Amino acid sequence: MRAVDDLSYYLNKGESIGLVGESACGKSVSALSIMRLIPYPPGIIVGGEIIFEGQDLLKVSEEEIRHIRGNKIAMIFQEPTTSLNPVLSISRQLSESLELHRGLSKKEAAAEAVKLLDMVGIPDVEKRVKDYPHQFSGGMQQRIMIAMALSCTPALVIADEPTTSVDVTVQAQLLELIDGLRSEFGTAVILITHNLGIVARYVDRVNVMYAGRLVETAPTEELYGVPRHPYTLGLLRSVPRLDLPRSHKLSIIDGLPPNLARLPQGCAFAPRCYLAVDRCRREKPALEKVAENHYTACFRNSEVKKEARVD
Amino acid sequence: MPKDDILIDVKNLYMYFPVTAGVLQRKVADVKAVDGVSFYIKRGEALGLVGESGCGKTTTGRSILQLYNVERGEVWFEGANICKVKGEKLRRLRRHMQLIFQDPYASLDPRMTAGQIIGEPLIVHKLAKGEVYRKQVMELLSMVELEPRMADRFPHEFSGGQRQRIGIARALAVRPSFIVCDEAVSALDVSIQAQVITLLMRLREELNLTYLFIAHDLSVVRHISDRVAVMYLGKIMEITHSDELYDNPLHPYTQALLSAVPIPDPVVDRQRTRILLAGDVPSPVNPPSGCHFHPRCRMAIDICKEEEPELRNIGSEHWVACHRV
Repeated sequence: MRAVDDLSYYLNKGESIGLVGESACGKSVSALSIMRLIPYPPGIIVGGEIIFEGQDLLKVSEEEIRHIRGNKIAMIFQEPTTSLNPVLSISRQLSESLELHRGLSKKEAAAEAVKLLDMVGIPDVEKRVKDYPHQFSGGMQQRIMIAMALSCTPALVIADEPTTSVDVTVQAQLLELIDGLRSEFGTAVILITHNLGIVARYVDRVNVMYAGRLVETAPTEELYGVPRHPYTLGLLRSVPRLDLPRSHKLSIIDGLPPNLARLPQGCAFAPRCYLAVDRCRREKPALEKVAENHYTACFRNSEVKKEARVD
Repeated sequence: MPKDDILIDVKNLYMYFPVTAGVLQRKVADVKAVDGVSFYIKRGEALGLVGESGCGKTTTGRSILQLYNVERGEVWFEGANICKVKGEKLRRLRRHMQLIFQDPYASLDPRMTAGQIIGEPLIVHKLAKGEVYRKQVMELLSMVELEPRMADRFPHEFSGGQRQRIGIARALAVRPSFIVCDEAVSALDVSIQAQVITLLMRLREELNLTYLFIAHDLSVVRHISDRVAVMYLGKIMEITHSDELYDNPLHPYTQALLSAVPIPDPVVDRQRTRILLAGDVPSPVNPPSGCHFHPRCRMAIDICKEEEPELRNIGSEHWVACHRV
């Protein structure tokens, strides 16, 4: 089964990109590959390169990647409850990586932990550093995760659905926090999400994935303004929007996402695509440039552009 | 408004759950899940109920269905206070009120086929058997856009969206007039969510159903509902028509909630005012005095700490509970 198939994208220093797609489109797997966290067996990276600061992460030794993980590239997961160690106080969890990666002494690390927790907005830090993860709410736990991710001022933070398990007002707090830290430290961010709204607000560029492949990539405004892939257009039109009158009809993408083990011969989206022609069912479209920094994998992208204009 | 236009009328509903401690399991406190809630739902209407986790929206829905023993408050359905109904009579009443659950994975028995799951309510309520039963199951399947041949498959053979359709068909089997949809589309992917939302809206029209649509996603709730009620810590803060809610939100909590929902269009989204709430929702065991929202409210003044604001009608069915309107 090909979870991620021939995916290429780049990310500049300090830039934020969104990786968007529905369940099982390969967005998380592609991010875990960057960290070399794919369990083997069964998972295997068959080919490709992941160049980070000029170095191919797939070629470096286990020792080196361990040094990069958490230090230069950090990850924020969806479920803070399962990612935090329940038997260590939050101060200890934070100082562990500070001692390991930054070589601080126990005392220095503890002081630094307090500073970090304060920065991400944990109230009464001095009193609470000795508390355990379960004593914090979901939103606070995610703040602790963010503090851990930033503890070594990484060059890249990968946030995998960081706000799926929290309420919308807390989601707003967390995303503002990540965005604020990005501008403060110049950290690049990969935001993995299925929520098109989050992406619109917080990233510079968007990559849309479908069935393990990149189907469209463009600067945020351009992607929302002139989508050139029918899947992107379908996603945009199938979410209810607060700012549109209720009479506005949702347009539906028919059918189900394909089984990755039995992908069709041509474009994976063709069976659900109302613009599909014979060629789409025969041939796999490659990414093609349609505008500056805007690429799409669709033979019918000019038709999509016309469709997108009809509003 | 004539009285028989109202299908569900909830009056001063309270639902507390005891917190016990010690060897003797003595009651030490109450979780005030629903703390004095009143609203009505008109026949054929969809009322949305939104709020963050722990605000009491699910408990409200379940109390209306009498899944809890309601001790304080009244729930009127078809002109009768159903909190007093017990036993066989309650069982017969249940036929008219159904529930669609959030998790399509957990709410279907894995050992029953789709057909058996959908048909079970028909047998329980002795509504059909034999050839009629089979025919009705097939009809229900096609009503939720599943193919009749799928009747013999087991839940694990279906996708999440299809499973949710089975749950909807099961609820429809007994021809209810009122359905509580509790986060019915929240677990689904965007493209599948749109399919199920559209299905629910079509069914409501065709079968003249009345919905209480509970969800945390404000855009989804507003899209489906005629009116929306916003809950916070066991209380209703604001109820109004769905379009009015976005155009003219009056409660500071509603305003913050709306501004936290991103709009999938960067050009529109940039022009909106953002209100960032500080902190988390306080515990419903020990809610703040006065207005429950006052510690997080940017408009709060002294009276908000002392006196609880009443839910007032400020005209054309727009109700708000706030001293500062």
